[in-house]
Amino acid sequence: MNAVLGQLGQIFLVVALAPLITGWVRLVKSRLNGRIGASPLQPYRDIYRLLQKEAIVAHSASWVFRAAPYVTFAAVWLAACIIPTYTTNMFLAPAADLIALVALLGVARFWTALAGMDVGTAFGGLGASREMMIASLAEPAMLMVSFSLSLISGTTSPTQIIVFILDGGVGIEVSMGLALVALIMVAVAENGRIPIDNPATHLELTMVHEAMVLEYSGRHLALMEGAGMVRLTLFMALIGGIFAPWGIGVPGTGAAGALVGLGAFLAKCFVLATALAFFETAIAKMRVFRYADFLGGALLLGLLATIFLYVSEAV
Amino acid sequence: MLIAAALSALLALAVLGVLAGGEMWRHRVVYFCCALASLALLIGGLKHLGQTPGTGPAIVLPIGLPWMAAHFRLDNLSALFMVIVNLGTAAASVYGIGYCSHLPEPRRVTPFFPLFLFGMNAVLIADDAFMFLVSWEFMSLASWLLVLADHKNPENRSAAMVYLMMAAFGTFCLLTCFGLLAGPEGAYSFPAMRGGVLEPMTGFLVVLLAVLGAGSKAGLVPLHAWLPLAHPAAPSHVSALMSGVMTKVALYGLIRILFDLHGHVAWGWGAALMVIGGITAVMGVLYAILQDDLKKLLAYSTVENIGVVVIGLGLALAFKDSGEKTLAALALVAGLYHMLNHAIFKTLLFLSAGAVITATGERDLGKLGGLLKRMPWTGAATLVGAAAISALPPLNGFVSEWLIFQSLFKGPGLPHWTMKFGVPVVGAMLALAAALAATCFVRAYGIAFLGRPRSAAAAAAHRLPASMRWTMAMLAVLCIVLGAIPVTVTDALSGVVQPLTGVHFAVSADLGWPWLSPVSSTRGSYSGTVLVMTGLSLFVISILLVHGFGTTKVRRADAWDCGHAEDIPETQYTGQSFAQPLRRVFCSSLFAARETVDMPEPGDQSPARLTVRVIDPIWTYLYLGILRVVDAIADRVNRMQFLTVRRYLLMMFATLVFMLLVVAARQQK
Repeated sequence: MNAVLGQLGQIFLVVALAPLITGWVRLVKSRLNGRIGASPLQPYRDIYRLLQKEAIVAHSASWVFRAAPYVTFAAVWLAACIIPTYTTNMFLAPAADLIALVALLGVARFWTALAGMDVGTAFGGLGASREMMIASLAEPAMLMVSFSLSLISGTTSPTQIIVFILDGGVGIEVSMGLALVALIMVAVAENGRIPIDNPATHLELTMVHEAMVLEYSGRHLALMEGAGMVRLTLFMALIGGIFAPWGIGVPGTGAAGALVGLGAFLAKCFVLATALAFFETAIAKMRVFRYADFLGGALLLGLLATIFLYVSEAV
Repeated sequence: MLIAAALSALLALAVLGVLAGGEMWRHRVVYFCCALASLALLIGGLKHLGQTPGTGPAIVLPIGLPWMAAHFRLDNLSALFMVIVNLGTAAASVYGIGYCSHLPEPRRVTPFFPLFLFGMNAVLIADDAFMFLVSWEFMSLASWLLVLADHKNPENRSAAMVYLMMAAFGTFCLLTCFGLLAGPEGAYSFPAMRGGVLEPMTGFLVVLLAVLGAGSKAGLVPLHAWLPLAHPAAPSHVSALMSGVMTKVALYGLIRILFDLHGHVAWGWGAALMVIGGITAVMGVLYAILQDDLKKLLAYSTVENIGVVVIGLGLALAFKDSGEKTLAALALVAGLYHMLNHAIFKTLLFLSAGAVITATGERDLGKLGGLLKRMPWTGAATLVGAAAISALPPLNGFVSEWLIFQSLFKGPGLPHWTMKFGVPVVGAMLALAAALAATCFVRAYGIAFLGRPRSAAAAAAHRLPASMRWTMAMLAVLCIVLGAIPVTVTDALSGVVQPLTGVHFAVSADLGWPWLSPVSSTRGSYSGTVLVMTGLSLFVISILLVHGFGTTKVRRADAWDCGHAEDIPETQYTGQSFAQPLRRVFCSSLFAARETVDMPEPGDQSPARLTVRVIDPIWTYLYLGILRVVDAIADRVNRMQFLTVRRYLLMMFATLVFMLLVVAARQQK
């Protein structure tokens, strides 16, 4: 099993699996709410349905509006190609590290926010403004998590961090715990989940992500929604890979290792998606200006994770 | 030879600029010749960089002070900055060919423009303190005259006044700094200074004065106050040079003194510079987010980027003093790379601001909107510039910030506890600044170029001369190229930092050409080249997939807007409303940002008003404070102007006695 094949499998897997994970979260949430809920395959059908519809573009929109869905999707997809899911044997692994990952997600956000402002409606500007406010705290928090992970493992490459942890290079560390909590908080914000944003909400004054993509329809909307699903998968792969790397295929284990890795990845996604559904059901959405407290907390935890490394060293 | 010829040509062009008078074609010729001279200097710099590392021959001219000739020399560091500077000046000159006819009074700009170019280039090749300071002043005064070009505006006059004061302060600091470096024997040539040994106290003062002197020119917080006033006041192609290029010349001075002439700066200064850089970056970008004036916003964003560079320089100093030469080289390469990048994208953005002002006559974000449709070329180039300055991959801004982050991540390996704890904090500041910069430019670009026009002027934006459009397009291409082939750039830069850090260092040693791997291949790597290719493939695949599975039909319709669609552009978000969440989150304590709503009484027909009040803490508390103290002292001293002759004689006598006592006391020792 060579690196190119491993990479191609990864590229295909993240896109193929993403709607299923979103569908599963929705199903569990429905059951918890006492509804029967749609099949977890429903997102595939939704995307197919959207692709068949014609795209409606406002008169006032420029080419940025039409290019943004493709750029956003490609950027998120590219970011997801770098985070190992079922194997660490990937051709593209050295092309980008955690810092580049944060920046690639930044590219997607930059274009989505611009698209939100392009039509020239109040809702679009509202969504863009709030999204950038959230990002201006979530992004540093994520970089601080990368900082502490890089200090623990000596590398910023996600593949190498996973290899380092698999080799037993790290025991139970306070810093790892703090980094995990910070990363989960960032993941919640980046994916627009409760308590930051409600993905099920629509036409509410509290919406953030939905407000930016309000004008989208047809295939453009399908791409924007697809990008959101791939982003959720990406964060699950990141959290599952770094904090529970067991089972992932490593170079030299061949096809069998990859198959075991695939099974392990599916199991991790299943657990994380179920946990996400429980978490979202149990908690209420925050007021817009409380976001800063939540994300500032994440940033502080990230910083503490780095500083605790020295404290534990010195004591 | 080429360089000397180009510099003399620039001086001659200044005279031609005076003679140009009211004939527009003569102004165009001057700008065209400036562009040629800049290109010649650019080629001269590149040629030197392409050679084996080493310094060029020293040129001694019998001008200047009678007992001291003028020394010039081109070494690798000067050559690199010559490339950075002349990339910007070439672009601004070509832009000027078309732009000069749109200026209110081109006669007040054209003669000083070549002088400004000359001053900046002469600073780079000066090889003694005297020529350095003369050229430095040349640069300051020429740009001061350019700031005054539109002198009928009282705001510009006061901006020029503040600029002049700060420039004088900066030169004073540098003068004292060189005086200390030269020592009592007065060894004013740079080779003599390099050989000198400094006392610890003198060494400390040298660094302090260098940071104050060069920092005030570069715009380090809290010495940045003049920058957002003076840069926007000048015509846009000059603003581009002041922001994009002149700040780099200032940092050249800093690097020259700290890394070359002084040579042994203590790590504590590295830590201090790093923290100053972090504060500068965060403050600069927060100021920028609050601005509604397009050019002011860009000027504040320059402050931010200078902060980012200074973080890199500070780290390099700390690494160098601790013996980590490879890491010092990495941090210095990162800083230099960011300077190169910032010179390109800030020049681009200022030129596009000039294009917007030319096309609409407006520089207030609240009056713009929808310009991408009216000005597709400018809009597209600005989008690239905005993405690059927001540090988005695969453009050049990301590569240099990535390198700075990589060197920061190695910072905790230093033996000092200050650095161990300080580096993560500065890392958080840098991350915050990077994220806020993206917000700032989403806001600026989204409000100015996207949406619907907010004023009649914006709706009627007109076409621009080809020279202006082509300049911006070329700079945008440079942003992409420098991001896509990072390793080629870092290899060139490692030749520059080799004499400064004393180690040969290749950022891509481990993996080879397209892979940037600062420490080793397993310690984190990046490849702009591979990322661009993969990203493009995925982009094409997404298009093919979507169009293959679905329909390609598009229908144009009115905006939906949740069913509230209306035709009033005022309902769009404005710069103020976009900044509101950030103002509340980040600025409520630091800038004392407050919002008050005046609701009219029931029955009253007048509109409700929302007033936003923001205080600039540094201006209010530091500068106005200094001003009050100076005023108070001046009031006291004023009385001494009205004394009788008898009292004046008494004072002179007392002074004389005091001086004699001092002399006597010193003789006793």
